[in-house]
Amino acid sequence: MQTNIKEPITLERFTGLYQKNRAFLMVNDTPMLAGKRDRAFEAFSTLGFPDTSMETWRLTNLDESFSRGYDYHLRPMEEVDIQKVFRCNIPHLDTAVIGQLNGWYVSKDVPLMELGNGIIMGSLAEARKKYPQLVEKYFGTMADDTSDGFTALNTAFVQDGVFIYVPDNVKSPKPVQLINVIHHEENLFLQSRNLILVGANAKLSLVHCDDSYNHQASFSNIVTEIHVGEHGVMDHYKLQNLNNNSTLISSVFFRLEASASLDSHYISLNGGLLRNNIWVLFNGPHGNANIYGIYLMDRKQHVDNQVFVDHAWPDCSSNETFKGILDEHARAIFNGHVLVRRDATKTDARQSNKNILLTDTARVNSKPFLEIYNDDVKCSHGSTTGQLDQESMFYLRQRGIGEETARMLLMFAFADEIVAKISIPQLRQRIEDMVKKRLQGELQICEQCVLHCSTPEHPVEFFIDMSKV
Amino acid sequence: MESPSNKILDEVTQGDYKYGFVTDIETEFAPIGLSEDTVRYISQKKNEPEFMLQFRLKAYRHWLTMSQPHWAHLNIEPIKFQDIIFYAAPKKKQELSSLDEVDPELLATFNKLGISLDEQKKLAGVAGVAVDAVIDSVSVKTTFSETLSKHGIIFCSFSEAVQNHPDLVKQYMGSVVPYTDNYFAALNSAVFSDGSFCFIPKGVRCPMELSTYFRINAANTGQFERTLIVAEEGAYVSYMEGCTAPQRDENQLHAAIVEIVAMKDAEVKYSTVQNWYPGDKNGLGGIYNFVTKRGICKGNNSKISWTQVETGSSITWKYPSCILLGDHSVGEFYSVAVTNNHQQADTGTKMMHLGKNTRSTIISKGISAGKSNNSYRGLVRISKNAVNSRNYSQCDSLLLGAKCGAHTWPYIQVDNKSSIVEHEATTSKISEDQLFYCQQRGISAESAIGLIVNGYAKEVLKQLPMEFAVEAQKLLSISLEGSVG
Repeated sequence: MQTNIKEPITLERFTGLYQKNRAFLMVNDTPMLAGKRDRAFEAFSTLGFPDTSMETWRLTNLDESFSRGYDYHLRPMEEVDIQKVFRCNIPHLDTAVIGQLNGWYVSKDVPLMELGNGIIMGSLAEARKKYPQLVEKYFGTMADDTSDGFTALNTAFVQDGVFIYVPDNVKSPKPVQLINVIHHEENLFLQSRNLILVGANAKLSLVHCDDSYNHQASFSNIVTEIHVGEHGVMDHYKLQNLNNNSTLISSVFFRLEASASLDSHYISLNGGLLRNNIWVLFNGPHGNANIYGIYLMDRKQHVDNQVFVDHAWPDCSSNETFKGILDEHARAIFNGHVLVRRDATKTDARQSNKNILLTDTARVNSKPFLEIYNDDVKCSHGSTTGQLDQESMFYLRQRGIGEETARMLLMFAFADEIVAKISIPQLRQRIEDMVKKRLQGELQICEQCVLHCSTPEHPVEFFIDMSKV
Repeated sequence: MESPSNKILDEVTQGDYKYGFVTDIETEFAPIGLSEDTVRYISQKKNEPEFMLQFRLKAYRHWLTMSQPHWAHLNIEPIKFQDIIFYAAPKKKQELSSLDEVDPELLATFNKLGISLDEQKKLAGVAGVAVDAVIDSVSVKTTFSETLSKHGIIFCSFSEAVQNHPDLVKQYMGSVVPYTDNYFAALNSAVFSDGSFCFIPKGVRCPMELSTYFRINAANTGQFERTLIVAEEGAYVSYMEGCTAPQRDENQLHAAIVEIVAMKDAEVKYSTVQNWYPGDKNGLGGIYNFVTKRGICKGNNSKISWTQVETGSSITWKYPSCILLGDHSVGEFYSVAVTNNHQQADTGTKMMHLGKNTRSTIISKGISAGKSNNSYRGLVRISKNAVNSRNYSQCDSLLLGAKCGAHTWPYIQVDNKSSIVEHEATTSKISEDQLFYCQQRGISAESAIGLIVNGYAKEVLKQLPMEFAVEAQKLLSISLEGSVG
């Protein structure tokens, strides 16, 4: 019933799987969710998996990823010792940790935590049972099943994931850290679905990490829906540190109500093929969204960031800043799309994408796209691709800093524009360390979130070659 | 409440098209519709050598296998190819040997358009402009051919080139835009009727501006012309193109091809002022302008520069491009695209960097008014071998009115580490501050808007040859300011 082994990813495989397991999948569904599931499946059957003939997938070819055989489980696998898997040792970072193993919520017998201040967090499957009205009201209302095959597939097969609810006027006292670890002895296809609800005038910091535990190939299709109520504040971090055989399709749908504010940080450090779909919808006036991205890629890694910002209401502002450093055969794609609708007056939208290429074999494709139907707007976009500034290099070399160190310093400074935006100090410190390590080629994969990082006793420092001073 | 500046904007964006008249001349037509017979008819009518017929037929057969592209941000009514007349020519009485024999109606037409076909009446003191006047499907008169031929320059209609210089045509036709390139290029290759041909031999600097003036006159016809410019080593030419059409309620199709070949150290400057009939205020009628323009910088240190002022056509689909094959070659694209009422434009450029140390500059200024949609779509591609290449792109959009749209699709691909690509763009309306500043100094809102729009487009307009710059500035006024033109 639940598993089929080592098959490539095809439309037929999943349509067959759905038809065979439809009843099993729907066991705990309310009629509304069941209907949603069927409709999503219909959409998926029509849409299929995306291919390079589609404009938004033109440059990301999934054929190789698809062709590897993957196991797919419709039930959680064996329970593991959560302490063994999740050990985030960011010094002094006090977070509420939620663990996911291969996309399944790891419960340790507490599937849903209900904190004193009304915050609920835990398994989505459990939340569907316990708070059906809350889930029904929001689930599937942000994600668009009709345009993207992966999202439709995710909705059709939705079983578990993470559910977080911050009630109105509640500010989450500490950041929530959501760690999804992929750990399996065989190639694995996994899906997970997260639903994050931030109430009116509420606040949440969410650190969402994707990590792999070994070098086994994996294919993840993760959909996250995030609703931020009026005057709500969302601070969102997405850390990606996967092995080179992994494929990650991450789709995050943000819906911002009036005067809501979002800061989202995408930090891609490692991964075979990373695809970030980011949708931001302003569902009321005076919203504000900042989306920052940094990607440091080498070998044959591939990162594809697709950001769609829908200015459907007036007086909203959005800012996208994506920066990347590419080494060896790495490839980066940035596709920004800002849509300013007819009535969205006083929109302020900015897009920026900057890349540094370190080799002739690295490639960059950038498309900052503006679609504007209103005249009372301020929109701009910029894109640059080049190498480290020769004059800055000269300046540093002149002061006796070795070439390697100078290069490292400049690259770090380039990346730091994004890293410095992280507002959790401990996390910023740690990411800075990780970026340094990554730039020095020391951070291969983090078997756990931060396994390779420095300890407070032995912080990572830039090595300045004194012999050349 | 509507602000006064909005009101003025409304008024100034309602200008009329002043080239909308029809000339009553005897015209002969090809049978309506498109088939292999049409292609053969055109070829036979033009008394073409066998290789041309074969080229056309190959293109036609290829076209049949293609379908119309839909990727552009355009809303195109289905084109009924079987309702179009693919060849229309003013009836010729005999071979023309002097200007006197040109139909006086035609002369009057061109005079009315401000194009003098009379060599005597050239601008005093200026070298003059050699004009190839094309009406509907055929070239009616090329001026200054003889003066130019003294320098070894060939400037004639495409049909004449096919008759007199078949080797050159054979060598270069389709070498930059092959008939397989796209749907409209294939169509053009099958049914093109005439156009201009220009060949500048080695080391020659063309002493005057060359110009082609296209005029659609007959109803229900499509215009399919083809321009080929070859600049041999060290040659230089500045080429201008202008176009107008009568005011009609049905849409007319114009699918042209322009090919430019620049050899070592050659420079070609191609300027267009496109003013086809844009349709009326309700979006009725107007020209579908689907043009494939491409130049290749074949030799080292060659340069191709495109300048365009796009004000007409109900739909514009056009991407003048440069293939920078030679090392150190330079490509430039300067564009002002104005859309008003229900016009749609999807225009931009492609810069393909293949050679080392190649450079390209893109300056695109879009102005949308009324209910129009104006898109910039561009590609900058730096291939692996194009080391130390450089691109700078700037594409700005100005929105006049709350119902128009401005879109920017810049595609950037960089495949080596030593090249630098920069792209920046802004979209805004005329700022209140700028308007206030002007008005405060006693400039009326209307003049201020004109001033700001002209200043906005200045960077492109100054690239135009003098003869054109005046016309283009006027055109900008007509398109946006109505009464002023």
